[in-house]
Amino acid sequence: MTTTVERPASRTGTGRRRPPKSGPKRPPSTIGRHVLLGGIALLWLVPLLWAVYTSLRSYEDTASNGYFSLPRSFGLDNFTDAWTQSGMPHFFWNSVLITVPAVLGTLLFSAAVAFFVSRFDFRFNLALLMLFTAGNLLPAQVLITPLYRLYLLIPLPWWMSDSMLLYDSMWGLIAIHIAYQCGFCTFVLSNYMKTIPKEITEAAQVDGAPVWRQFFQIILPLCRPAFAALATLESIWIYNDFFWPLTLVDTGDKRPITSALANLQGAYFTNPNLIAAGALMTAIPTLLVYFALQRQFISGLTIGSSKG
Amino acid sequence: MSSATSPGRLSRGDRLFLTLVIGLPLLALLVFVWLPALASIALSFTTWDGIDLSDIHWTGLENYAQIFTNYPPFWPAVQHNVIWLLFTALLPTPFGIFLAYQLDRKIRFTRVYQTAIFLPMVLSLAVVGFIWEIIYNPDTGLLNSVLGAAGAGGHIDWLGNPDLNLWAVLIASAWRHTGYIMILYLAGLKSVDPALREAAALDGAGGRQTFLKVIFPALKPVNVIILVVTVMESLRAFDIVYVLGGGTGSKPGMELLSLLITDNIVGEAGHIGYGSALAVILLLVSLAAIGTFLVQTFRKEDR
Repeated sequence: MTTTVERPASRTGTGRRRPPKSGPKRPPSTIGRHVLLGGIALLWLVPLLWAVYTSLRSYEDTASNGYFSLPRSFGLDNFTDAWTQSGMPHFFWNSVLITVPAVLGTLLFSAAVAFFVSRFDFRFNLALLMLFTAGNLLPAQVLITPLYRLYLLIPLPWWMSDSMLLYDSMWGLIAIHIAYQCGFCTFVLSNYMKTIPKEITEAAQVDGAPVWRQFFQIILPLCRPAFAALATLESIWIYNDFFWPLTLVDTGDKRPITSALANLQGAYFTNPNLIAAGALMTAIPTLLVYFALQRQFISGLTIGSSKG
Repeated sequence: MSSATSPGRLSRGDRLFLTLVIGLPLLALLVFVWLPALASIALSFTTWDGIDLSDIHWTGLENYAQIFTNYPPFWPAVQHNVIWLLFTALLPTPFGIFLAYQLDRKIRFTRVYQTAIFLPMVLSLAVVGFIWEIIYNPDTGLLNSVLGAAGAGGHIDWLGNPDLNLWAVLIASAWRHTGYIMILYLAGLKSVDPALREAAALDGAGGRQTFLKVIFPALKPVNVIILVVTVMESLRAFDIVYVLGGGTGSKPGMELLSLLITDNIVGEAGHIGYGSALAVILLLVSLAAIGTFLVQTFRKEDR
């Protein structure tokens, strides 16, 4: 990374192209900016660091000395205890079973809709796009009562759900996540696809490539940056959601980790150190997704959000 | 859109594929999202305990009349939603934009700062709720310990005091929201044509002038998105309050529309018609925001 001089005459932040090096001497305004941003970043981390600090201390220590004290002992005991005592591996697995298909389904469905509305000249395209986008903006509470009744009416075979219904099954959660999140992704992806030149698919059309091949072999690979950004956001949202599992799943055992954590808090409410460890562990998957896709994250959002 | 492939040139296989491609998602959207939304509107004119479908009774506008005149938590909830909106619009949103602008200047450690501030967005609400719980706890919490108010006498009950708890929750919400705004705006800034800045610099515009007169207007699409996100998040505010308020049942000082709906619908009382009417009120306010957004966003495509 390079540093730049903060002066209007210089080429400050010239987009993708690197500005010329400004020499070894750094002007005071850059240092000031680092102090400011560093301070804010640290302030933002304080709540999280406090939770980490709590989770690393033993309950006996904090019980006798208070939480706002220097530690007598440090260790990962709370983490191993939370992991082994509360069935966390099981709930993590539930989250994987819900989040992975839901994110993939959302991306595939919304890519399909975006492909349809952005690359073909049908009537009602705009209306369709609006219908999808607006759907994502509806408050979840507006949908929940009829959705709950609907889920009680839709039967599933026994090998898909032991409740024999869409209600109280992971399929139900996956379905609502896909239907509800599709709007946002369709919006971003259709903007993205409009930036891909029409000539590319038209050439394929002339060569006799059917539309499904244009979709899978040309358009989808070109949308990779947008997929990375959306996969990050959607993984975070779907993994973290707890409104749908709370209302559409009855059996505690089938819930994903985020809503199961509420039970953990109920069962172990006397030991905040243990809950801190459990809570922090649930954040690990989303952190991994964020760090893994971080590079593509911003650039993928860029095109979707502002080349409308 | 004149250069788009016209439907006339498509083979039967292509048409079948396209029907499938639009049909399945559309079916899912209509069945799971729009059908329930419309059904909610219908239910708002009825009274129903949520158990037996034959117990649904048509009552016309009764629910609405009750809510407006004879439902004590309603107006506080509206007021709190408005406070939520104003707070979010005036503090975390401009702050997020400010941070994005600072981070866009290609300085060292940008990614470190960015990650630290975006981090709360990555955490689940259960985690966020828990973290603020151990900060706001009146006896053992970080805040009271630092303020020296943890002992007897000085005791500040951040989440229990109806005059304080909304603000305590708003701080927690701002902690999350700032990072989201920052990332959206940062993405927008990266797509601003560098030539614009250079031109402004050549014309002798200062940093502030460049931002206000050149960059901010150039980011209109992002600004619209941020406006919608701010409005929608303020109207839909639910999770943080739910967690910090200790589950269903609105706490004095923390009433919000989304919580009142949940209380009536999910709670044991089962006032479905009532909850639906509240939901429709929320829906109408949301639709005003959604409508503005859609018109702003899609108008240019109609040309």
